[in-house]
Amino acid sequence: MALLSFERKYRVRGGTLIGGDLFDFWVGPFYVGFFGVTTAIFASLGTALIFYAASLGRTWNPWLISIAPPDISYGLGFAPLREGGFWQVITICAIGAFVSWALREVEICRKLGIGYHVPFAYGFAIFAYVSLVVIRPVLLGAWGFGFPYGIFSHLDWVSNTGYQYLHFHYNPAHMLAVSFFFTTGGALAFHGALVLSSVNPAPGEAVKSPEYEDAFFRDSIGYSIGTLGIHRLGLFLALSAGFWSAVCIIISGPLWTRGWPEWWTWWLNLPIWS
Amino acid sequence: MNQFPTRIGVFAVVGLSAALLGGCEFGPKQTTQTGHRGTGMDQIVAVNYRAKQAAIPPEPYPLPPDGGPTAAESYQNVKVLGNVSKERFDHLMAEMSQWVAPETEGCNYCHNPENLASDEKYTKVVARRMLQMTQTINAQWSPHVKQTGVTCYTCHRGQPVPANKWAMADAMPASMSILGNKRGQNSPSPEVGFTSLPYDPFTQFLVVPQQIRVAGSDPFPQPNHVVSIKDTEMTYALMMHMSSALGVNCTFCHNTQSFRAWNLSTPPRGTAYYGIRMVRDINETYLASLQNVFPNNRKGPHGDVYKVNCTTCHQGVSKPLGGVSMIAQAPALKGPTLAPAAAASPVTAAAATDAVAAEQTPLGEPAVMTAQQ
Repeated sequence: MALLSFERKYRVRGGTLIGGDLFDFWVGPFYVGFFGVTTAIFASLGTALIFYAASLGRTWNPWLISIAPPDISYGLGFAPLREGGFWQVITICAIGAFVSWALREVEICRKLGIGYHVPFAYGFAIFAYVSLVVIRPVLLGAWGFGFPYGIFSHLDWVSNTGYQYLHFHYNPAHMLAVSFFFTTGGALAFHGALVLSSVNPAPGEAVKSPEYEDAFFRDSIGYSIGTLGIHRLGLFLALSAGFWSAVCIIISGPLWTRGWPEWWTWWLNLPIWS
Repeated sequence: MNQFPTRIGVFAVVGLSAALLGGCEFGPKQTTQTGHRGTGMDQIVAVNYRAKQAAIPPEPYPLPPDGGPTAAESYQNVKVLGNVSKERFDHLMAEMSQWVAPETEGCNYCHNPENLASDEKYTKVVARRMLQMTQTINAQWSPHVKQTGVTCYTCHRGQPVPANKWAMADAMPASMSILGNKRGQNSPSPEVGFTSLPYDPFTQFLVVPQQIRVAGSDPFPQPNHVVSIKDTEMTYALMMHMSSALGVNCTFCHNTQSFRAWNLSTPPRGTAYYGIRMVRDINETYLASLQNVFPNNRKGPHGDVYKVNCTTCHQGVSKPLGGVSMIAQAPALKGPTLAPAAAASPVTAAAATDAVAAEQTPLGEPAVMTAQQ
């Protein structure tokens, strides 16, 4: 991969969290670091285990391959490899790889002297995954509550787990998460469209400045959040989507076991009208 | 920085969190796996919040041995329990008084104390029909009630009228206006799990033998299997009722990969299949037959008799009374035609019910029934 001439000056030594200078080098365009090595190890081992566990299954159909967690009867203990143990080891590898990747991002931020916003944002994705396979299973007392690793099988798991609460759309945290996902998509589309509209003026005209972008939104809705503000808003919306997604599954089971529609009876029972 | 807004913020966050957590079910959870690992088929129950186990009342006195003169030989106007020995007949009467009659009235709730044989009180006529119903349930609906069986107490719980019953829901406004007419839905009724679904799925499914056939045999639309959204929601409402009545979720019976497929479903779905048909039989054959017997204050707003649904017996638990069988202390309620082998094979037992429910769709293997369009 080509390396731009000016990129070299940002390739500064130091900023590592672990390993000092030992892994402080690049391979092609990629910074390695201690956490780059651990990412590679965890990701390779996990992927190899997925293939091995799949080879023990009934099918090589990529849609149908599934590596399932242990039976609930194993609780929070280790299960034999072929009865959910592979799922457990793959889960450890996945979390190892994801966390390593986040820490590698931290090291790169330190090298560049920039904020930790990117690893912080990525951390929400890790949190959402860990909610599903660690936090909720631990709260419910069995690894068997994790979702299976397979394309169709994890969708079946989502369906069954949703129907355990009769109608998951009544889950208040799910409502928030869905709203934030839609709003994120909307905000991103408006932002992208606005930027493209400024840099694509009529032929022969100069590219327009951000003041034009602000003016557009002030004219249309009376307020512009501004060039920096839109990115704060975007980060907030996107992280909220991931955060409430994690919350909506953590509370389903550990903090609520009935149908979600019934949860809203607190509203019906408010002393104002009941 | 002014501290005041910060404090308000802290109070707001703490207060809101406390309010949100107030809607939670804390404490231990009981978990059960109902399908293959990783399918997400399980039940999670908050032990401290589940329906309280009903107390089983003590027997009025120990069951006397069988034999001796029969009730028909000893009393007049005994139409259902004539073959039962007098001693056991008396025992059952004492039990019925305890299970059903108000404490203040006892025997006199149904009987004229001057003439016990008289049918002048409507309650006695109802009680006789209910005895026949109970015998039919125990003898011919063993695919649903198994060997546990039912007694008067399963529904009545010491009350003359069971606490959980239904009649046709309030009529819609006659006006053509769309305002104020909820079309029988959008009222969060506990009958349908507080959803916005239609709140009277019972008339359609638990009296009229309307089939629950929403899912087709093919993933694609089929011209010969068209089910409207309205019918689908009605089915969904019935399912919400069954979930609430039994204190279970959808995966107690179904693998949601296919609600239709029997080979993916759990055994309780078969039990529920017969339960729906049993409830229809109770409502159509027994309760509807008392339409002219019940006084108006024992009927619903439309003048139809109160009928049963799943909650009538189950009352929030998957096995009524926690699965405790009371039939041994009331053997006369087993009914004359109970064949112990019948329960072992649902198909045989279902065939036996054909005679009773001849007008209904014939019962067979549930999977075969569903395969029919």
